[in-house]
Amino acid sequence: MTISKLVFIELWKRKSQLVTGLLAITLGIAVIVAIQSISVVSEQNVARNLDNLGANILVLPQGASIDDYYTSDIDAPTLPMDYVERILNSTIAGVDNMSPKLTRRIKIGYQSVVLTGILPKSEIASKPLWQSSGLLGAELKTACAPGQSANQSHGLEDVKLQRKAIDTLNSQDCLAGSQVAKRLKISPNGHVNLLGENFRVVKILPETGTVDDDRIFANLRDVQHLLGIENQVSAIEIIGCCNAISVGLLGKLRNILPDTRVTSINQIVSTQIETNQLMKKITLVMLIIIFFVGGISIGNYIWANVNERKKEIGILRMMGAGRFTIYRMFLLKALILGIGGGIIGYCLGTLAGVILGPYFAGIVVRPVYIYLLWSILLSVAISLAGSLFPTYLAAKFDPHSNLQEE
Amino acid sequence: MILQGENILKQYHHNGGLINALDHVSFTVNKGDFVTVTGPSGSGKSTLLLALFGLIRLTSGNIIFDGKKIDNISDRRLTEIRKKSVGYILQSFALIPYLTTIQNVMIPLALEKITFREQVKRAHEILDYIGLSDRIEHLPRELSAGQQQRVAIARSIIHRPQIIMADEPTGNLDPALSLEILGFLKKINQENKITIMMVTHSPVAADYGTMKLHLNEGKIAESNNRLFL
Repeated sequence: MTISKLVFIELWKRKSQLVTGLLAITLGIAVIVAIQSISVVSEQNVARNLDNLGANILVLPQGASIDDYYTSDIDAPTLPMDYVERILNSTIAGVDNMSPKLTRRIKIGYQSVVLTGILPKSEIASKPLWQSSGLLGAELKTACAPGQSANQSHGLEDVKLQRKAIDTLNSQDCLAGSQVAKRLKISPNGHVNLLGENFRVVKILPETGTVDDDRIFANLRDVQHLLGIENQVSAIEIIGCCNAISVGLLGKLRNILPDTRVTSINQIVSTQIETNQLMKKITLVMLIIIFFVGGISIGNYIWANVNERKKEIGILRMMGAGRFTIYRMFLLKALILGIGGGIIGYCLGTLAGVILGPYFAGIVVRPVYIYLLWSILLSVAISLAGSLFPTYLAAKFDPHSNLQEE
Repeated sequence: MILQGENILKQYHHNGGLINALDHVSFTVNKGDFVTVTGPSGSGKSTLLLALFGLIRLTSGNIIFDGKKIDNISDRRLTEIRKKSVGYILQSFALIPYLTTIQNVMIPLALEKITFREQVKRAHEILDYIGLSDRIEHLPRELSAGQQQRVAIARSIIHRPQIIMADEPTGNLDPALSLEILGFLKKINQENKITIMMVTHSPVAADYGTMKLHLNEGKIAESNNRLFL
């Protein structure tokens, strides 16, 4: 017989109390793990949707204004195509996607139309450097989501953005925005004359409510050739990680592109940052609430257990058990319950997240294995914290006071 | 002399005043004595028994045990003395409900960190001595009141104490069982030369004492004590 064995015997012989104690801890930890697992995925989803708001950084020629970019004046300044590769060759983190564009206002008949040259995905893919940079985003990830490194790239889930990274856009093919298609009465597979050359309309783009609705998109090479501006672009649109933007992505871009104007689209960036911060705050508040509720529930159980065993403490003290022995007994029990509750709580919480996540939140939740460690640590910490004070009080009382407890 | 009390005073606060639970009690106990402490309810008998080895702290007075003054020593040293030299028997048996007979009996040895093999050997010897060797795996609730008190007696002597403090050990037992328990205590006292100090209400039990103290309102009202009569 040892004091440690006494603890194990007590746990084993009082199974109903063991179950009650484990249940209190397990439920607390399970709720924390389930909510945290769902929260992390929710935050990633929100961040992904925020990214889908579109490009949030514009790289413009030094003398150009935002107005030039939108009005697409005939003599608006341009910058070299090489700048795209200059960005890719750098080690700057947080550039998720890039779209170099050449934009000019042209006449089709009597109608004024904005012609935009874009690079199709197939052309981007033909450059090994661009592939390796992850700009194609084969695997959908969200750079702004918590827990993701700033330079992780993601693909384009939203239709509006898929248009910008359309798979193929052959020479002499074009895409028409919804409004311009109506004005010019263009239909899919019809033809349109752009600066004397005939282009086939491969697709009418869905209405987006943006300036893109009034544009015709053609292959960047074709547009450069038609306009006589070879290897030049009006702007490079960048989807940057909002976290990276807030820690100086623009400055880093300016450093490698000194003769350009690098600007962020503040409305998008601030929305992204504010929403991310809001999500983080909500998760933090929930965690704090659950921590206290779970902690109080566990502490309450341990407190009740210590109180109902005051007589036993009195007996042991009477027989010569020192205060340290009493502490050791109860803290060992708390440790065992904490470890057990942490492991079971993690399993239940993860299971609940995996099952309930898709059902209620429409998101796929996967087990986060590091939470097992955190669950055990949290559970043990709460159990020990909940045990310390009542054990201290029980050991501090005159043994005789405890002996009179029934 | 194994235990001596001098001017023991224990006061409690009650309704804004002070009550003397023990009012300058003095006595001397020699090794091998069987001391019985009697008195009406509230006379301070149990308080005296529990106060002698620190289960209740004194207000003032001196206690000398085995030649050493122990009334103002630290809780840690008092705990050590209780662990090594004192055995307790209470009216309520004070057994740990989820431990078997043998496990309850082994607790004092576990506290002294004696090897498990030695614990088992000594527990079997003691349980055989008090006639409970056929109940070693029983839980307290599976034993009769008399058997539970015998387990408590076994537990109080397994670590070979110098003195046993018994607080109304027959208080919960019928007369026949009481005599059986008193017989055990007498046997332990005589065969093992263990000093016993027993609080009791029972005149029959009091007659077992070789030294008798009678308390009334916290004072020794009557005694056959050699020094303080």
